Amino acid sequence: MVLEDKLFTVKYTPDTVSHLTPDNEMCKICTNRICTKICPANVYEWDETHQKLIVNFENCLECGACRIACVKQSLKWEYPKGTKGVTFKLG
Amino acid sequence: MTENKKTDVIVVGAGPAGISCAITIARAGKKVVLIERGSFAGSKNVFGGAIYTQPTKEIFPDFETSAPLERRNVEHKFAILGEDDSTVVSYKNKTETAGSYTVIRAKFDRWMAEEAKKAGVYLVEKTVVKELLTENSKVTGVRTELEDYCADIVILADGVNSLLAKQIGLREDIQPKDVALSVKEVIKLDKNIINDRFNISDDEGCIYEIFGGPMLGMLGLGFMYTNRNSITIGLGITLSELVERGIRPYDMLEELKKHPTIAPLIKGGELEEYSAHLIPEGGYNKVPKLFADGVMIAGDAAMLVNNLHWEGTNLAMISGKLAAETALEALNKNDFSAKTLRLYEEKLKNSFVMKDLKTYKDLMDIAHKKSDAFLDYYLRTVNGFFKMFTSVDSVPKRQKYYNFVGTFFKERKFMNIISDIWHGIRLLWSILKWY
Ligand SMILES: Cc1cc2nc3c(=O)[nH]c(=O)nc-3n(C[C@H](O)[C@H](O)[C@H](O)COP(=O)(O)OP(=O)(O)OC[C@H]3O[C@@H](n4cnc5c(N)ncnc54)[C@H](O)[C@@H]3O)c2cc1C
Ligand code: SF4
Ligand code: SF4
Repeated sequence: MVLEDKLFTVKYTPDTVSHLTPDNEMCKICTNRICTKICPANVYEWDETHQKLIVNFENCLECGACRIACVKQSLKWEYPKGTKGVTFKLG
Repeated sequence: MTENKKTDVIVVGAGPAGISCAITIARAGKKVVLIERGSFAGSKNVFGGAIYTQPTKEIFPDFETSAPLERRNVEHKFAILGEDDSTVVSYKNKTETAGSYTVIRAKFDRWMAEEAKKAGVYLVEKTVVKELLTENSKVTGVRTELEDYCADIVILADGVNSLLAKQIGLREDIQPKDVALSVKEVIKLDKNIINDRFNISDDEGCIYEIFGGPMLGMLGLGFMYTNRNSITIGLGITLSELVERGIRPYDMLEELKKHPTIAPLIKGGELEEYSAHLIPEGGYNKVPKLFADGVMIAGDAAMLVNNLHWEGTNLAMISGKLAAETALEALNKNDFSAKTLRLYEEKLKNSFVMKDLKTYKDLMDIAHKKSDAFLDYYLRTVNGFFKMFTSVDSVPKRQKYYNFVGTFFKERKFMNIISDIWHGIRLLWSILKWY
Protein backbone atom coordinates (compact mmCIF):
# COMPACT_ATOMS: atom_id res chain seq x y z
CA MET A 1 0.00 0.00 0.00
CA VAL A 2 1.35 3.41 -0.95
CA LEU A 3 1.64 6.23 1.56
CA GLU A 4 -1.06 8.37 -0.10
CA ASP A 5 -3.61 5.63 0.64
CA LYS A 6 -2.45 5.42 4.23
CA LEU A 7 -2.72 9.17 4.74
CA PHE A 8 -6.17 9.07 3.20
CA THR A 9 -7.37 7.33 6.39
CA VAL A 10 -6.19 10.20 8.61
CA LYS A 11 -8.50 13.04 9.61
CA TYR A 12 -6.94 16.47 9.18
CA THR A 13 -8.14 20.01 9.83
CA PRO A 14 -5.38 21.92 8.03
CA ASP A 15 -4.40 25.44 8.91
CA THR A 16 -3.64 27.99 6.21
CA VAL A 17 -0.14 28.63 7.53
CA SER A 18 2.56 26.04 8.18
CA HIS A 19 3.55 25.04 11.72
CA LEU A 20 6.81 23.71 10.25
CA THR A 21 9.35 26.31 9.18
CA PRO A 22 12.69 25.07 7.89
CA ASP A 23 15.51 27.54 7.40
CA ASN A 24 15.91 27.21 3.65
CA GLU A 25 19.45 28.61 3.67
CA MET A 26 20.41 25.67 5.90
CA CYS A 27 18.46 23.25 3.72
CA LYS A 28 20.47 24.40 0.69
CA ILE A 29 23.71 23.31 2.32
CA CYS A 30 22.24 20.35 4.20
CA THR A 31 24.25 17.20 3.61
CA ASN A 32 21.56 14.52 3.86
CA ARG A 33 18.14 16.26 3.80
CA ILE A 34 17.10 13.53 6.14
CA CYS A 35 13.69 15.06 6.73
CA THR A 36 12.75 14.01 3.19
CA LYS A 37 13.33 10.37 4.17
CA ILE A 38 12.39 9.69 7.76
CA CYS A 39 9.10 11.61 7.90
CA PRO A 40 6.27 9.09 8.27
CA ALA A 41 3.98 11.33 6.21
CA ASN A 42 6.52 12.35 3.55
CA VAL A 43 5.88 15.99 4.34
CA TYR A 44 9.19 17.25 2.92
CA GLU A 45 10.36 17.22 -0.68
CA TRP A 46 13.48 18.81 -2.09
CA ASP A 47 12.87 20.91 -5.17
CA GLU A 48 16.20 20.77 -6.98
CA THR A 49 15.40 23.40 -9.63
CA HIS A 50 14.25 26.03 -7.16
CA GLN A 51 16.66 24.89 -4.45
CA LYS A 52 13.84 24.87 -1.98
CA LEU A 53 12.41 22.52 0.61
CA ILE A 54 8.73 21.95 -0.09
CA VAL A 55 6.68 21.43 3.08
CA ASN A 56 3.36 19.63 2.71
CA PHE A 57 2.50 20.54 6.29
CA GLU A 58 -1.17 19.55 5.80
CA ASN A 59 -0.09 15.90 5.97
CA CYS A 60 1.91 16.20 9.18
CA LEU A 61 1.15 13.58 11.85
CA GLU A 62 2.79 15.80 14.50
CA CYS A 63 5.23 13.12 15.65
CA GLY A 64 8.22 15.46 16.07
CA ALA A 65 10.80 13.24 14.38
CA CYS A 66 11.91 15.81 11.80
CA ARG A 67 12.77 18.38 14.44
CA ILE A 68 15.03 15.92 16.26
CA ALA A 69 16.56 14.43 13.11
CA CYS A 70 17.35 17.73 11.33
CA VAL A 71 21.13 17.68 11.08
CA LYS A 72 21.32 21.44 11.02
CA GLN A 73 19.03 21.75 14.04
CA SER A 74 17.37 24.47 12.04
CA LEU A 75 13.79 23.33 11.68
CA LYS A 76 11.42 25.57 13.58
CA TRP A 77 8.72 23.21 14.77
CA GLU A 78 5.55 24.19 16.57
CA TYR A 79 2.31 22.47 17.35
CA PRO A 80 -0.51 23.50 15.04
CA LYS A 81 -3.15 25.71 16.63
CA GLY A 82 -5.50 23.98 19.06
CA THR A 83 -8.26 23.59 16.51
CA LYS A 84 -5.99 22.46 13.68
CA GLY A 85 -3.87 19.58 12.56
CA VAL A 86 -4.39 15.85 12.90
CA THR A 87 -7.23 14.22 14.82
CA PHE A 88 -6.73 10.54 15.42
CA LYS A 89 -10.04 8.71 15.53
CA LEU A 90 -8.33 5.63 16.96
CA GLY A 91 -4.67 6.42 17.71
CA MET B 1 -6.77 35.72 34.11
CA THR B 2 -7.40 37.84 37.16
CA GLU B 3 -5.83 36.97 40.48
CA ASN B 4 -9.07 35.62 42.00
CA LYS B 5 -9.51 33.26 39.00
CA LYS B 6 -6.08 31.84 39.67
CA THR B 7 -6.11 28.10 40.16
CA ASP B 8 -4.12 25.85 42.53
CA VAL B 9 -2.58 23.62 39.88
CA ILE B 10 -2.31 23.64 36.09
CA VAL B 11 -1.59 20.37 34.32
CA VAL B 12 -0.46 20.53 30.68
CA GLY B 13 -1.43 17.56 28.50
CA ALA B 14 -4.38 15.20 28.87
CA GLY B 15 -2.68 11.86 28.33
CA PRO B 16 -2.46 9.16 31.02
CA ALA B 17 0.09 11.19 33.03
CA GLY B 18 -1.80 14.49 32.98
CA ILE B 19 -5.24 13.01 33.60
CA SER B 20 -4.04 10.81 36.49
CA CYS B 21 -2.33 13.83 37.99
CA ALA B 22 -5.30 16.17 37.61
CA ILE B 23 -7.87 13.71 38.92
CA THR B 24 -5.79 12.99 42.04
CA ILE B 25 -5.62 16.71 42.79
CA ALA B 26 -9.34 17.26 42.15
CA ARG B 27 -10.30 14.32 44.36
CA ALA B 28 -8.41 16.00 47.19
CA GLY B 29 -10.64 19.05 46.74
CA LYS B 30 -8.11 21.38 45.11
CA LYS B 31 -8.68 23.48 42.01
CA VAL B 32 -7.00 22.10 38.90
CA VAL B 33 -7.04 23.13 35.24
CA LEU B 34 -6.03 20.51 32.66
CA ILE B 35 -5.05 21.93 29.27
CA GLU B 36 -4.99 19.78 26.13
CA ARG B 37 -4.06 20.85 22.62
CA GLY B 38 -6.15 18.23 20.82
CA SER B 39 -9.81 18.71 19.95
CA PHE B 40 -10.46 16.11 22.67
CA ALA B 41 -8.23 14.14 25.03
CA GLY B 42 -6.72 11.29 23.03
CA SER B 43 -7.10 12.91 19.62
CA LYS B 44 -3.33 13.43 19.29
CA ASN B 45 -2.27 10.25 21.04
CA VAL B 46 -0.99 7.01 19.59
CA PHE B 47 0.24 3.83 21.23
CA GLY B 48 0.48 0.08 20.63
CA GLY B 49 -1.64 -1.36 22.62
CA ALA B 50 -2.18 -2.33 26.09
CA ILE B 51 -2.93 -0.58 29.35
CA TYR B 52 -2.08 -2.45 32.52
CA THR B 53 -4.75 -3.46 35.01
CA GLN B 54 -3.04 -2.93 38.36
CA PRO B 55 -1.66 0.60 37.81
CA THR B 56 -4.83 1.71 36.01
CA LYS B 57 -6.88 0.54 39.01
CA GLU B 58 -4.77 2.75 41.26
CA ILE B 59 -6.27 5.74 39.48
CA PHE B 60 -9.58 4.33 38.23
CA PRO B 61 -10.61 1.52 40.62
CA ASP B 62 -13.69 0.55 38.54
CA PHE B 63 -12.30 0.97 35.05
CA GLU B 64 -12.86 -2.68 34.15
CA THR B 65 -16.60 -2.21 34.25
CA SER B 66 -16.87 1.33 32.90
CA ALA B 67 -13.99 2.14 30.52
CA PRO B 68 -14.08 1.49 26.76
CA LEU B 69 -11.86 -1.60 26.60
CA GLU B 70 -11.19 -3.74 23.54
CA ARG B 71 -9.95 -7.15 24.69
CA ARG B 72 -8.33 -8.61 27.80
CA ASN B 73 -4.97 -10.04 26.86
CA VAL B 74 -4.58 -13.75 27.53
CA GLU B 75 -1.61 -14.50 25.32
CA HIS B 76 1.83 -12.98 24.69
CA LYS B 77 3.73 -14.16 21.65
CA PHE B 78 7.38 -13.44 21.01
CA ALA B 79 8.14 -13.84 17.32
CA ILE B 80 11.68 -13.96 15.95
CA LEU B 81 11.43 -13.33 12.25
CA GLY B 82 14.10 -14.32 9.77
CA GLU B 83 13.88 -13.18 6.16
CA ASP B 84 11.25 -15.84 5.43
CA ASP B 85 11.08 -18.08 8.47
CA SER B 86 10.27 -17.52 12.14
CA THR B 87 10.36 -18.96 15.63
CA VAL B 88 7.45 -18.04 17.89
CA VAL B 89 7.31 -18.52 21.64
CA SER B 90 3.97 -18.11 23.33
CA TYR B 91 2.81 -17.67 26.89
CA LYS B 92 -0.89 -18.17 27.37
CA ASN B 93 -3.03 -17.97 30.49
CA LYS B 94 -6.76 -17.91 30.14
CA THR B 95 -7.62 -18.53 33.77
CA GLU B 96 -5.96 -15.65 35.58
CA THR B 97 -7.53 -12.22 35.75
CA ALA B 98 -6.32 -10.01 32.93
CA GLY B 99 -3.02 -8.22 33.46
CA SER B 100 -3.69 -5.88 30.57
CA TYR B 101 -6.36 -4.75 28.11
CA THR B 102 -6.06 -3.41 24.61
CA VAL B 103 -7.64 0.02 24.20
CA ILE B 104 -8.10 2.62 21.48
CA ARG B 105 -6.49 5.80 22.78
CA ALA B 106 -8.96 8.19 21.19
CA LYS B 107 -11.70 6.45 23.15
CA PHE B 108 -9.82 5.54 26.32
CA ASP B 109 -8.09 8.88 26.95
CA ARG B 110 -11.38 10.62 26.29
CA TRP B 111 -13.10 8.39 28.85
CA MET B 112 -10.36 9.10 31.42
CA ALA B 113 -10.80 12.83 30.79
CA GLU B 114 -14.58 12.54 31.31
CA GLU B 115 -13.93 10.80 34.64
CA ALA B 116 -11.58 13.62 35.57
CA LYS B 117 -14.26 16.20 34.74
CA LYS B 118 -16.73 14.34 36.96
CA ALA B 119 -14.18 14.55 39.77
CA GLY B 120 -14.01 18.33 39.36
CA VAL B 121 -11.10 18.84 36.95
CA TYR B 122 -11.57 21.88 34.73
CA LEU B 123 -10.64 20.56 31.27
CA VAL B 124 -9.66 23.02 28.55
CA GLU B 125 -9.37 21.40 25.13
CA LYS B 126 -8.25 22.67 21.70
CA THR B 127 -5.69 24.85 23.45
CA VAL B 128 -1.91 24.79 22.99
CA VAL B 129 0.25 25.95 25.87
CA LYS B 130 2.81 28.10 24.08
CA GLU B 131 5.10 28.91 26.98
CA LEU B 132 5.50 28.85 30.73
CA LEU B 133 5.24 32.07 32.69
CA THR B 134 7.93 32.68 35.27
CA GLU B 135 8.63 35.21 37.97
CA ASN B 136 12.09 35.30 39.56
CA SER B 137 12.68 31.91 37.88
CA LYS B 138 9.65 30.36 39.61
CA VAL B 139 7.05 28.99 37.23
CA THR B 140 3.84 30.88 37.90
CA GLY B 141 1.54 29.85 35.07
CA VAL B 142 1.15 29.19 31.39
CA ARG B 143 0.52 31.24 28.27
CA THR B 144 -1.87 29.69 25.76
CA GLU B 145 -2.81 30.98 22.31
CA LEU B 146 -5.63 33.01 23.85
CA GLU B 147 -4.90 33.82 27.46
CA ASP B 148 -2.67 33.40 30.48
CA TYR B 149 -3.48 31.07 33.37
CA CYS B 150 -1.81 31.38 36.76
CA ALA B 151 -1.28 28.70 39.39
CA ASP B 152 0.82 27.82 42.39
CA ILE B 153 2.16 24.77 40.60
CA VAL B 154 2.38 23.75 36.94
CA ILE B 155 2.79 20.08 36.06
CA LEU B 156 4.11 19.24 32.62
CA ALA B 157 2.60 16.07 31.19
CA ASP B 158 2.95 17.21 27.59
CA GLY B 159 4.41 14.01 26.20
CA VAL B 160 7.61 12.94 24.50
CA ASN B 161 8.29 16.19 22.62
CA SER B 162 7.82 18.35 25.75
CA LEU B 163 8.78 21.65 24.25
CA LEU B 164 7.90 23.26 27.59
CA ALA B 165 10.40 21.27 29.67
CA LYS B 166 12.99 22.34 27.14
CA GLN B 167 11.89 25.97 27.32
CA ILE B 168 12.59 26.22 31.04
CA GLY B 169 15.81 24.24 30.82
CA LEU B 170 14.67 21.15 32.70
CA ARG B 171 15.32 19.00 29.69
CA GLU B 172 17.96 18.98 26.99
CA ASP B 173 16.90 18.41 23.43
CA ILE B 174 16.33 14.74 22.61
CA GLN B 175 19.00 13.04 20.54
CA PRO B 176 18.01 10.77 17.64
CA LYS B 177 19.46 7.78 19.47
CA ASP B 178 17.24 8.34 22.50
CA VAL B 179 13.91 8.12 20.76
CA ALA B 180 12.15 5.62 18.51
CA LEU B 181 9.89 6.59 15.64
CA SER B 182 6.88 4.40 15.44
CA VAL B 183 4.40 3.93 12.61
CA LYS B 184 1.30 1.85 12.96
CA GLU B 185 -1.86 0.77 11.24
CA VAL B 186 -5.21 -0.26 12.60
CA ILE B 187 -6.60 -2.87 10.25
CA LYS B 188 -10.30 -3.62 10.31
CA LEU B 189 -11.25 -7.28 10.33
CA ASP B 190 -14.31 -9.26 11.24
CA LYS B 191 -14.39 -10.25 14.91
CA ASN B 192 -14.84 -13.94 14.10
CA ILE B 193 -11.91 -13.92 11.70
CA ILE B 194 -9.71 -12.37 14.41
CA ASN B 195 -10.88 -14.99 16.91
CA ASP B 196 -10.12 -17.82 14.49
CA ARG B 197 -6.73 -16.55 13.36
CA PHE B 198 -5.49 -15.84 16.86
CA ASN B 199 -7.29 -18.77 18.48
CA ILE B 200 -9.10 -16.60 21.02
CA SER B 201 -12.71 -15.95 21.94
CA ASP B 202 -14.71 -12.71 21.73
CA ASP B 203 -13.23 -10.73 24.58
CA GLU B 204 -9.78 -12.35 24.63
CA GLY B 205 -6.70 -10.69 23.19
CA CYS B 206 -3.30 -11.73 21.90
CA ILE B 207 -0.13 -9.63 21.82
CA TYR B 208 2.78 -10.14 19.44
CA GLU B 209 6.23 -8.74 20.16
CA ILE B 210 8.21 -8.98 16.97
CA PHE B 211 11.98 -9.13 16.59
CA GLY B 212 13.92 -9.19 13.34
CA GLY B 213 12.24 -9.48 9.96
CA PRO B 214 12.77 -6.20 8.09
CA MET B 215 14.36 -4.83 11.27
CA LEU B 216 17.14 -7.43 11.39
CA GLY B 217 20.30 -5.74 12.65
CA MET B 218 18.43 -2.59 13.61
CA LEU B 219 17.30 -1.28 16.95
CA GLY B 220 13.66 -1.84 16.33
CA LEU B 221 10.71 -3.87 17.52
CA GLY B 222 7.43 -4.72 15.92
CA PHE B 223 4.10 -5.22 17.64
CA MET B 224 0.65 -6.55 16.98
CA TYR B 225 -2.43 -6.26 19.18
CA THR B 226 -5.96 -7.51 18.76
CA ASN B 227 -8.83 -5.08 19.23
CA ARG B 228 -12.50 -6.06 19.14
CA ASN B 229 -12.93 -5.60 15.39
CA SER B 230 -9.44 -4.71 14.25
CA ILE B 231 -5.79 -5.60 14.48
CA THR B 232 -3.07 -3.11 15.30
CA ILE B 233 0.28 -3.65 13.65
CA GLY B 234 3.26 -1.38 13.89
CA LEU B 235 6.92 -0.98 14.59
CA GLY B 236 9.24 1.37 16.39
CA ILE B 237 12.76 1.99 15.18
CA THR B 238 15.37 4.10 16.92
CA LEU B 239 15.48 7.39 15.04
CA SER B 240 19.27 7.36 14.70
CA GLU B 241 19.02 4.04 12.82
CA LEU B 242 16.54 5.53 10.35
CA VAL B 243 18.75 8.59 9.96
CA GLU B 244 21.94 6.59 9.38
CA ARG B 245 20.30 4.34 6.84
CA GLY B 246 18.02 6.94 5.31
CA ILE B 247 15.07 4.60 5.33
CA ARG B 248 11.38 5.36 5.33
CA PRO B 249 9.56 3.96 8.34
CA TYR B 250 6.40 3.08 6.40
CA ASP B 251 8.45 1.04 3.91
CA MET B 252 9.64 -1.06 6.85
CA LEU B 253 6.07 -1.54 8.02
CA GLU B 254 5.03 -2.65 4.54
CA GLU B 255 7.86 -5.21 4.63
CA LEU B 256 6.75 -6.46 8.01
CA LYS B 257 3.16 -6.82 6.81
CA LYS B 258 4.39 -8.97 3.92
CA HIS B 259 6.36 -11.39 6.09
CA PRO B 260 5.02 -14.94 5.62
CA THR B 261 4.38 -15.30 9.36
CA ILE B 262 2.47 -12.01 9.61
CA ALA B 263 0.69 -11.64 6.26
CA PRO B 264 -1.94 -14.38 6.79
CA LEU B 265 -2.96 -12.83 10.12
CA ILE B 266 -3.96 -9.50 8.56
CA LYS B 267 -5.01 -10.78 5.14
CA GLY B 268 -8.21 -9.30 3.73
CA GLY B 269 -8.27 -6.54 6.33
CA GLU B 270 -9.00 -2.94 5.48
CA LEU B 271 -6.85 -0.07 6.74
CA GLU B 272 -8.85 1.97 9.22
CA GLU B 273 -6.20 4.45 10.32
CA TYR B 274 -2.51 5.08 9.86
CA SER B 275 -0.57 6.96 12.54
CA ALA B 276 2.89 7.80 13.86
CA HIS B 277 4.37 8.78 17.20
CA LEU B 278 7.68 8.95 19.02
CA ILE B 279 8.64 6.73 21.97
CA PRO B 280 11.25 7.90 24.51
CA GLU B 281 14.10 5.39 24.66
CA GLY B 282 16.83 7.11 26.57
CA GLY B 283 15.87 5.42 29.83
CA TYR B 284 17.34 6.16 33.24
CA ASN B 285 20.36 8.09 31.98
CA LYS B 286 18.16 10.51 30.05
CA VAL B 287 15.58 11.28 32.72
CA PRO B 288 15.63 15.09 32.96
CA LYS B 289 15.56 17.21 36.06
CA LEU B 290 12.10 16.39 37.38
CA PHE B 291 11.25 19.57 39.27
CA ALA B 292 12.15 23.21 39.80
CA ASP B 293 10.49 26.11 41.59
CA GLY B 294 6.76 25.79 40.89
CA VAL B 295 7.01 22.98 38.32
CA MET B 296 7.24 19.16 37.96
CA ILE B 297 7.40 16.85 34.91
CA ALA B 298 5.60 13.50 34.53
CA GLY B 299 5.18 10.70 32.00
CA ASP B 300 6.79 10.72 28.56
CA ALA B 301 7.81 14.35 29.06
CA ALA B 302 10.15 13.01 31.75
CA MET B 303 11.19 10.11 29.45
CA LEU B 304 9.60 7.59 31.81
CA VAL B 305 9.25 4.60 29.48
CA ASN B 306 10.35 1.01 29.90
CA ASN B 307 10.72 0.18 26.24
CA LEU B 308 11.77 -3.45 26.59
CA HIS B 309 8.41 -4.25 28.21
CA TRP B 310 6.31 -1.80 26.14
CA GLU B 311 5.41 -0.03 29.37
CA GLY B 312 4.68 3.66 29.23
CA THR B 313 1.08 4.34 30.23
CA ASN B 314 1.63 2.79 33.64
CA LEU B 315 4.75 4.83 34.33
CA ALA B 316 2.85 7.88 33.10
CA MET B 317 -0.14 7.24 35.37
CA ILE B 318 1.91 6.54 38.47
CA SER B 319 4.32 9.44 37.94
CA GLY B 320 1.30 11.71 37.40
CA LYS B 321 -0.20 10.49 40.64
CA LEU B 322 3.05 10.98 42.57
CA ALA B 323 3.44 14.50 41.17
CA ALA B 324 -0.15 15.19 42.31
CA GLU B 325 0.55 13.90 45.83
CA THR B 326 3.60 16.14 45.98
CA ALA B 327 1.57 19.11 44.76
CA LEU B 328 -1.01 18.47 47.48
CA GLU B 329 1.67 18.48 50.16
CA ALA B 330 3.11 21.68 48.74
CA LEU B 331 -0.36 23.29 48.77
CA ASN B 332 -0.82 22.29 52.40
CA LYS B 333 2.51 23.79 53.30
CA ASN B 334 1.95 26.74 50.99
CA ASP B 335 5.53 26.25 49.76
CA PHE B 336 6.06 25.64 46.05
CA SER B 337 9.81 25.87 45.95
CA ALA B 338 12.08 23.21 44.50
CA LYS B 339 12.92 22.25 48.08
CA THR B 340 9.39 20.96 48.65
CA LEU B 341 8.87 19.61 45.15
CA ARG B 342 12.01 17.49 45.53
CA LEU B 343 9.71 15.10 47.33
CA TYR B 344 8.38 14.08 43.89
CA GLU B 345 11.79 12.78 42.88
CA GLU B 346 12.04 10.81 46.12
CA LYS B 347 8.61 9.29 45.61
CA LEU B 348 9.54 8.27 42.06
CA LYS B 349 12.81 6.77 43.24
CA ASN B 350 11.01 4.68 45.82
CA SER B 351 8.47 3.44 43.29
CA PHE B 352 8.81 0.83 40.56
CA VAL B 353 9.10 3.66 38.02
CA MET B 354 12.67 4.69 38.75
CA LYS B 355 13.63 1.25 40.02
CA ASP B 356 12.71 -0.33 36.68
CA LEU B 357 14.41 2.38 34.65
CA LYS B 358 17.52 1.88 36.77
CA THR B 359 17.38 -1.88 36.27
CA TYR B 360 17.60 -1.35 32.49
CA LYS B 361 19.90 1.64 32.56
CA ASP B 362 22.61 -0.10 30.49
CA LEU B 363 20.25 -1.89 28.14
CA MET B 364 20.09 0.67 25.34
CA ASP B 365 23.83 1.40 25.40
CA ILE B 366 24.60 -2.28 25.00
CA ALA B 367 21.83 -2.70 22.42
CA HIS B 368 23.32 0.16 20.38
CA LYS B 369 26.77 -1.36 20.55
CA LYS B 370 25.66 -4.91 19.88
CA SER B 371 22.71 -4.63 17.52
CA ASP B 372 24.59 -6.65 14.89
CA ALA B 373 24.82 -9.49 17.41
CA PHE B 374 21.64 -9.55 19.48
CA LEU B 375 19.30 -8.13 16.87
CA ASP B 376 20.73 -9.90 13.87
CA TYR B 377 23.19 -12.77 14.17
CA TYR B 378 21.67 -14.50 17.20
CA LEU B 379 18.13 -14.03 15.95
CA ARG B 380 19.15 -15.73 12.71
CA THR B 381 20.89 -18.40 14.78
CA VAL B 382 17.69 -19.23 16.66
CA ASN B 383 15.80 -19.70 13.42
CA GLY B 384 18.80 -21.59 11.99
CA PHE B 385 18.77 -23.96 14.93
CA PHE B 386 15.10 -24.82 14.56
CA LYS B 387 15.47 -25.19 10.81
CA MET B 388 18.25 -27.71 11.43
CA PHE B 389 16.39 -29.44 14.26
CA THR B 390 13.17 -29.92 12.33
CA SER B 391 14.64 -30.91 8.98
CA VAL B 392 14.40 -34.56 7.95
CA ASP B 393 16.72 -35.28 5.05
CA SER B 394 18.59 -38.49 5.82
CA VAL B 395 21.63 -36.56 7.08
CA PRO B 396 22.68 -38.09 10.43
CA LYS B 397 21.72 -35.90 13.37
CA ARG B 398 25.21 -35.73 14.87
CA GLN B 399 26.50 -34.49 11.53
CA LYS B 400 23.86 -31.78 11.59
CA TYR B 401 24.86 -30.62 15.07
CA TYR B 402 28.50 -30.45 14.02
CA ASN B 403 27.58 -28.49 10.91
CA PHE B 404 25.46 -26.12 12.95
CA VAL B 405 28.21 -25.43 15.47
CA GLY B 406 30.73 -25.15 12.62
CA THR B 407 28.68 -22.51 10.81
CA PHE B 408 28.07 -20.70 14.07
CA PHE B 409 31.79 -20.15 14.55
CA LYS B 410 32.54 -19.63 10.88
CA GLU B 411 30.06 -16.83 10.40
CA ARG B 412 31.01 -14.80 13.44
CA LYS B 413 34.57 -14.10 14.47
CA PHE B 414 35.66 -15.76 17.68
CA MET B 415 36.65 -12.41 19.15
CA ASN B 416 33.19 -11.05 18.38
CA ILE B 417 31.57 -13.99 20.11
CA ILE B 418 33.72 -13.40 23.19
CA SER B 419 32.76 -9.74 23.12
CA ASP B 420 29.06 -10.68 22.72
CA ILE B 421 29.25 -12.99 25.74
CA TRP B 422 31.01 -10.29 27.73
CA HIS B 423 28.32 -7.74 26.87
CA GLY B 424 25.63 -10.31 27.59
CA ILE B 425 27.06 -10.92 31.05
CA ARG B 426 27.44 -7.18 31.62
CA LEU B 427 23.83 -6.65 30.71
CA LEU B 428 22.63 -9.46 32.92
CA TRP B 429 24.71 -8.16 35.79
CA SER B 430 23.41 -4.63 35.37
CA ILE B 431 19.86 -6.01 35.48
CA LEU B 432 20.28 -8.32 38.46
CA LYS B 433 22.71 -6.32 40.58
CA TRP B 434 21.12 -5.31 43.89
CA TYR B 435 21.48 -1.62 44.69
C1 LIG C 1 3.77 3.04 19.06
C2 LIG C 1 3.70 3.08 20.54
C3 LIG C 1 3.33 1.95 21.24
C4 LIG C 1 3.22 2.00 22.62
N1 LIG C 1 2.72 0.90 23.26
C5 LIG C 1 2.47 0.97 24.58
C6 LIG C 1 1.78 -0.08 25.24
O1 LIG C 1 1.37 -1.06 24.63
N2 LIG C 1 1.56 0.03 26.58
C7 LIG C 1 1.97 1.13 27.27
O2 LIG C 1 1.73 1.17 28.48
N3 LIG C 1 2.61 2.14 26.68
C8 LIG C 1 2.85 2.09 25.34
N4 LIG C 1 3.46 3.16 24.72
C9 LIG C 1 3.91 4.31 25.51
C10 LIG C 1 2.74 5.19 25.96
O3 LIG C 1 1.90 5.48 24.88
C11 LIG C 1 3.26 6.49 26.56
O4 LIG C 1 4.28 6.22 27.48
C12 LIG C 1 2.14 7.25 27.27
O5 LIG C 1 1.13 7.61 26.39
C13 LIG C 1 2.69 8.48 27.95
O6 LIG C 1 1.65 9.22 28.53
P1 LIG C 1 1.80 10.78 28.77
O7 LIG C 1 0.52 11.20 29.38
O8 LIG C 1 3.07 11.06 29.45
O9 LIG C 1 1.98 11.40 27.31
P2 LIG C 1 0.96 11.43 26.09
O10 LIG C 1 0.07 10.26 26.11
O11 LIG C 1 1.79 11.66 24.88
O12 LIG C 1 0.09 12.73 26.36
C14 LIG C 1 0.60 14.01 26.25
C15 LIG C 1 -0.55 14.96 25.99
O13 LIG C 1 -0.12 16.30 26.04
C16 LIG C 1 -0.71 17.04 25.00
N5 LIG C 1 0.18 18.18 24.75
C17 LIG C 1 1.47 18.17 24.36
N6 LIG C 1 1.98 19.41 24.31
C18 LIG C 1 0.98 20.25 24.69
C19 LIG C 1 0.91 21.66 24.82
N7 LIG C 1 1.96 22.45 24.60
N8 LIG C 1 -0.28 22.20 25.22
C20 LIG C 1 -1.36 21.41 25.46
N9 LIG C 1 -1.32 20.06 25.35
C21 LIG C 1 -0.16 19.49 24.97
C22 LIG C 1 -0.80 16.05 23.87
O14 LIG C 1 -1.77 16.42 22.90
C23 LIG C 1 -1.18 14.77 24.62
O15 LIG C 1 -2.56 14.62 24.76
C24 LIG C 1 3.58 3.16 23.33
C25 LIG C 1 3.97 4.30 22.63
C26 LIG C 1 4.01 4.28 21.25
C27 LIG C 1 4.37 5.53 20.52
S1 SF4 D 1 17.25 18.05 7.58
FE1 SF4 D 1 16.94 20.16 8.34
S2 SF4 D 1 18.43 21.40 7.21
FE2 SF4 D 1 18.28 19.43 6.16
S3 SF4 D 1 16.77 19.77 4.55
FE3 SF4 D 1 15.64 18.97 6.31
S4 SF4 D 1 14.97 20.78 7.45
FE4 SF4 D 1 16.54 21.46 6.02
S1 SF4 E 1 6.34 16.04 12.80
FE1 SF4 E 1 6.52 13.94 12.00
S2 SF4 E 1 4.90 13.80 10.48
FE2 SF4 E 1 5.18 15.98 10.88
S3 SF4 E 1 6.65 16.64 9.36
FE3 SF4 E 1 7.84 16.10 11.15
S4 SF4 E 1 8.42 13.96 10.83
FE4 SF4 E 1 6.76 14.42 9.40
